Amino acid sequence: MMIDLLVEILISLFLLTGVGFMFVAALGLLRMPDLPIRLHATTKAGALGGGLLMIAVGLEFFGDVAVAAKAAAIIVFLVLTGPVAAHLIGRAGYFVGVPMWSGTIKDELKGRYDHKTQTLMSPPGLNKTRDEQPKG
Amino acid sequence: MLEFSIFIAYLVLGVSLVLIFFRLILGPSLPDRVVALEMLATLTVGFIAVYTLSSGVTAFLDVAMVLALTAFLAAVGFARLIAKGGSRDDD
Repeated sequence: MMIDLLVEILISLFLLTGVGFMFVAALGLLRMPDLPIRLHATTKAGALGGGLLMIAVGLEFFGDVAVAAKAAAIIVFLVLTGPVAAHLIGRAGYFVGVPMWSGTIKDELKGRYDHKTQTLMSPPGLNKTRDEQPKG
Repeated sequence: MLEFSIFIAYLVLGVSLVLIFFRLILGPSLPDRVVALEMLATLTVGFIAVYTLSSGVTAFLDVAMVLALTAFLAAVGFARLIAKGGSRDDD
């Protein structure tokens, strides 16, 4: 009887925490000023919220191997694919020149990207130190 | 007590859905809308998790699994479309 209550409290904790992270991600998506910052808000908080919700499902059906395997697979998919997709979208957005936030302090990629071949040159400091090294 | 938590969860997820739809409609550029779509898929996975908790039907977990994968594929396709095709307004 006591254990049931404790498990219920634990599930509620995971449920409400996961939903809270989802809400924070949605709020960041709406309120943040810039594409990379929006990606930053949604990718991490959204994946964490989904993972916590799936942990709650696994706890509710404790001992059911099929449900636990599905929940674990969903967590793995969310955590594995989220960063890759965010990187691809952010990269594509940078290519087409989505305007940055007016408060952006530093854009280290500016001028270093070859838009034709879509390759990145190394930062200015690196070439210099390599050239200065003694030969032979 | 769990029923009350599930009620709160549905409420908060619904509000989040409205926020994401605002970004989907407002979003000044196409990448912003793609981000909103990606978040929408993650939110649907969360909705399925809460529904599984509230109803006890575990069949929709398969849908959530496939949805997590197809959202990734859609994001990859959109990223390729944005990077390779379409108009650009840089420099």
